[in-house]
Parts: sequence; structure tokens; C-alpha cells
Amino acid sequence: MSKPKVAFFDFTCCEGCQLDTLNIEGEALVDLLNAVDIVEFREVMTEKADSVDIAFVEGSITRESEIPRLQKIRERAKIVIALGACAHIGGVNCLKNHLAMEEAQKIVYGEAAENYDTIPTRPIDAVVPVDYVVPGCPINTAELLRIVKELLLGKTPELPTYPVCVECKMAGNICVFELGKTCLGPVTRAGCNAICVTAGRHCWGCRGLVDEPNLDAQKDVLEKHGLSVEEVLEKFKIYNTCTTEVAK
Amino acid sequence: MSSVHINVHHVTRVEGHGNIVLNTNNGKIEQLRWEVPESPRFFEAMLRGRHYDDVPHIASRICGICSIAHSTASILATEAALCIEVSEQTWIMRKLLFNAEMLESHVLHAYCLAAPDFLGVKSVFPLVKTHKDVVLRAMRLKRLAYRLAEILAGRKTHPISLVVGGFAKLPDPDELAAIKGALSDSLADLDATVELFATLSFPDFERETEYIALQDETEYAFISGKIASSDSGTAPVSNYLEVTNEFCVPHSTAKYTKNNRDAYMVGALARFNLNHEQLYPRAKDAAVTLGLRAPCHNPYMITAAQVVEAVHATEDSIQLIDKLLERGLKEEAIQSDVTAGQGVGAVEAPRGILFHDYTYDENGILTKANCIIPTNQNHNNIQKDMEALVPTILNHRSEDEIRQTLEMLVRAYDPCISCSAHLLRVTFTNDACLCRDGPRKG
Repeated sequence: MSKPKVAFFDFTCCEGCQLDTLNIEGEALVDLLNAVDIVEFREVMTEKADSVDIAFVEGSITRESEIPRLQKIRERAKIVIALGACAHIGGVNCLKNHLAMEEAQKIVYGEAAENYDTIPTRPIDAVVPVDYVVPGCPINTAELLRIVKELLLGKTPELPTYPVCVECKMAGNICVFELGKTCLGPVTRAGCNAICVTAGRHCWGCRGLVDEPNLDAQKDVLEKHGLSVEEVLEKFKIYNTCTTEVAK
Repeated sequence: MSSVHINVHHVTRVEGHGNIVLNTNNGKIEQLRWEVPESPRFFEAMLRGRHYDDVPHIASRICGICSIAHSTASILATEAALCIEVSEQTWIMRKLLFNAEMLESHVLHAYCLAAPDFLGVKSVFPLVKTHKDVVLRAMRLKRLAYRLAEILAGRKTHPISLVVGGFAKLPDPDELAAIKGALSDSLADLDATVELFATLSFPDFERETEYIALQDETEYAFISGKIASSDSGTAPVSNYLEVTNEFCVPHSTAKYTKNNRDAYMVGALARFNLNHEQLYPRAKDAAVTLGLRAPCHNPYMITAAQVVEAVHATEDSIQLIDKLLERGLKEEAIQSDVTAGQGVGAVEAPRGILFHDYTYDENGILTKANCIIPTNQNHNNIQKDMEALVPTILNHRSEDEIRQTLEMLVRAYDPCISCSAHLLRVTFTNDACLCRDGPRKG
């Protein structure tokens, strides 16, 4: 069997996720490169490919011209994987959408609209069907490696179906709420090992909502600790504006 | 005489999107342009209305490769605006964390993005088979830099513990001691890196320009000091607008800059030219081995200057860890009372001087942001280099060779284009200007 052809594509983003793929431990990266053919990866290579088996797509869609480009990638790829929060849920780019609502005429959609294509930020699955997701801002490279291995073995990669709190407890962290601060851990999909709380901060929700998030429980937790829903919604905006727009 | 038509739509092995356009007719250049069509990202507007605790977190996402530089500049601007004081311990840890990014970014660029051109391949991946030891060495150095950042800030891409006022968590002294040993061991890998890059023949092209970088009396400056120009001496960072003088060009979504001449250069070579005397001895030796002497006017030697700085950052990190361990790490309270105000933060990102300028209200909510990114400051210099370079090679080289020489020039600058098009407010008052800033003081 010939090796699967893998390609990386970037849209509007900081490109940190694709750079982190190069941070997979040296020998593991060499093994991976022996198992697949990287056929297109503009940031680090010159070649371009006609068809690919696995297309990793990084970044969100923020321009009209990006839509046909993404559709063409979908046409020539057997599997499309959203790489990172921008592709998965819009990421911080979706903060622009609040601006669009608040200051649309003034800054973005005034005279500019006719001459310059900029559209409200959307995740890639708002434009084409997406097969799998590697969540996070940035991605967890161990999770990426697991997903690629499972695909190579013909398995269907799954993401955790429980919230970050589960991993946070296992990491032995003091609950952020106990410290009197807000945290999005209760409603955010696990898989990051609660890295932000372990490093002294709170969960920002970059991995998107967990399936069937228990929003009532989150509200109860907030009330118990004297925190406001507004405060948590303000934090929620940073990564999940597009998610909530879709939910509406 | 034949005609040349080069249109490199999205130069590869650079961060972000840029195009090279060259059209000639009978040996005469009709069109020669470095174009930057990257999507504008509206960060300047997205930061508005956010609490200062969120601002560096969001600003970090301007760039995945220099997120520590953006976070640090964002924090320095915030602290200057809100009058927040930080401790010496915080300052040492910030310098150490900054070194981690400098090392990682320079290794990535030198080995993975620039070296393939010199080794006759189109990417780093074929080198896994032909030069496995070289690739593994690059990966070891990158991994070490990542590890250093992980110990200090939880991770390298989008650091977590690095916050306004200090660090949200202190590193484990045992881990610091261990990474110090690993950094000392890595000097052998860095020596091998210097030897490897000393064997590469950098294209022979010189164009003197103005060089701008931070300068600090006490050390080779990365996150402190004043703005220094090779033409006009130093100025405080709060005067950055008088140095950068941004302007718009029709073929680019990024803004261009100029100071005393029609263009200036920022980045590793600018820093080396201005501050080389403050390098550690081992880094000075590396420069000699690489044939790099200040002042150097060959932009292709930016990569050599990056290798020199990788050695310097490693030596400096070893010293900083010693200092931290000798002092003993102490839990420190982070100042929480703030005053309304405006402030500028300037750092040397791997690609050059970076400015964040914020205004906050009395509740610590951001009301105005302006960021000037190193690659934007280099765009105009890249254009001027191309205009000087192309006539010297046009009639002696094939179209492919010319294309490759131009691509290598762009890559030498290690442009980070996705950040450079981060904040445009698009207004299109006329075709001559794709972008315009809001009203500015000064």
C-alpha cells in the first residue's frame, strides 16, 4: 500500500498550530514522516500536490476569496481535518464579529464592503464538510499524533466527551472557582490536560463546548462563588463567538 | 534580449502570504514588486473593549511563531499604561522566556526554512533521509527551547503563565537546574550549527540601509532599552511613531515604514550591526566563523546573524538560570490596582523591533491599540533590495535562478506576514491606498 498523502493548508490565523506540528519529538516526527508523504505544506516546503488523502486545514474563513479555495481543497482531499481553534470554532478571529455588529458601518462594512472582501469570521465547517477535528489554541501535539496514528490504523479518532474539569481534577489543581475567579472548564471539551489551569490561569474555552454542556450547572457554580454570568460570557466571547452564533 | 516573467504567488517557507512579481521586456524592468496580500486580521479592533487581563492572551494570537514577543510587548505596554510595577525576579524570568523563543525561532528559520535552498532541496522533509543527523539536531535544539518555555510559561506557542504584573506560576527549581544542564550540553549542537552554516555560500549582494533595533547600555537588548538607528542615534520607545512613519502602498494589505532614508531594516542583522559588541564571547566567535563582520550590508547574512544570536541566547539563558537559582524563587503578589493611561511596549521579536501601544480607561478596559510589527518595517527594505539586486543578475541568470535568488532574499528576512497584516482598518478612500490608520497623535 502506498503511503497516505498528507497536506497542510492555512487560512486566516497565526499559523502556530502547523508550526507546533514540527515540535513533535524528533524521533516520533521521523517515524511519522516515514509513514506518510507530506505533499504540501506551504510554510515549510515548496511543492504542491494534485490530490491528497488527509488535508489538515488551519485558520478560519474571513474573506470571500477563501471560500472557493477551501472548497477546492475539499474536492481534492479524501479526509479534511480542522487543525486548531480557528478552523474548528473560529477562534479569536471571531472577536471581529462583535466589531461587525457594533461598528460595522463605521469600520468594516462602510465603503470598504464594495472594494475589499472581508466577511464575518466562520469556522471551516460552515463552508465545507469536515471529517475530524484537532481542537485547541494551540493544538495539543500529543493529541494530533494520536489522531494521525488512529487514522493510519483505520480507526475512527474520537475526542473526549467530558469537560476540562475532569482532567483538571486528575492534574491535582485547586479549582479556579475556589480562588474566586471565573473558568470555562465546566463547559469546555477536555483533551488539553487542563494545561492553562496547571500553568496558573483559568480555562479560556479554546477547545469549544463539550457535547451537551451542562450550562445550568455552570450557572450554579457561578452563583455559589458570587460570580456573574456576564463575566463568564465575556470570557466565552474570546473563542466561542462563532459557536454561539451557530447555536442561535 | 529575452523577457522574464516571474510571478511567485505565495512564497513558500515563510510565515504568512507574500508574492513576488517581476516582469521585464528586452532587459528592462517593467514591474518588480514585493506584494503582501495576507488577510487583514483586525486585532487592533478586536482588542478594544477587553480587560487588561485578556489583552496579552489575545495579542499573543497575532503570531504563532513569535507569540512570546507579542505577549511580552503587550504586557510591557499594559504595565506602562496602567502604572504596574514588576519585580527583578519577573524581569529575569521574562528575559529567560524571551531567549527560548529567540532560540526556537532562529533554529526553525535557519534549518527548516532557509537551509533547504542551500542544500538544493525544496523543504526540510527530504533532509530527513539524506541528512538525518542535521534534522535531528535542529529538532533537538527546537525541542530544548520549547522545554525551556514550558518550564517557565506552561508552553511555548501562546505562553500561559506570562501575565501582566508577573508570572501566574513559578517554575520548579529542579526543572530549571535540569534545563540549565541541557542548555550547556546543547552548546555542542550549536557549535555544529555554526560550522554547518559557515560552509553555506550566502549570495554575494550588498545594499547599505538604515538599521534599527533596541539598544540597552547594560546588555544585548531583547526586551529593554531605547530605539537605536544606525543613522540617527537613540530615541525613547514612546517616540516610536517618529521612527516608523507608516505609509500605505496599493499592492499590499500591510503598511510600510521609513525613517531617515527610503527604507530601513530590523531584525537579527540590524541588532548585530548595532549591538554586536555586547554579544557573549562564544557568540562573537560564531560570528567570526560565519564570516559575519559589523557593519554587514548583505541581507542574505540575516540567517548567519540569527545563528549568532541563537548562541548568544543560549549562553545568556545559562547565566539567567544561575542568577534565578542563586536568588531563590519567591512567590510574589501581582499588583492589582491600576490607573487609566497610555503606554508603549517595545521588544526585539526574532524578526525585529515590535511595538504595542495601548490606552486603557480607569477600569483597565482597553480603549485604543496600535501595533507595529517587524515584518511591516522590513517590507519596504525588501522592495528596495529587490530593486537594487535584479539589475545585477537580470542578464546573467536564468529565470529559475532569478526566481530562486529573489525567493531566498525574501526568506532571509524570515518574514512573518500573518502578523504584519494583523490590524488594518480597511477604508478604501481611493485606489492608491488599501489601508489607513485611525487618527494618530504625534
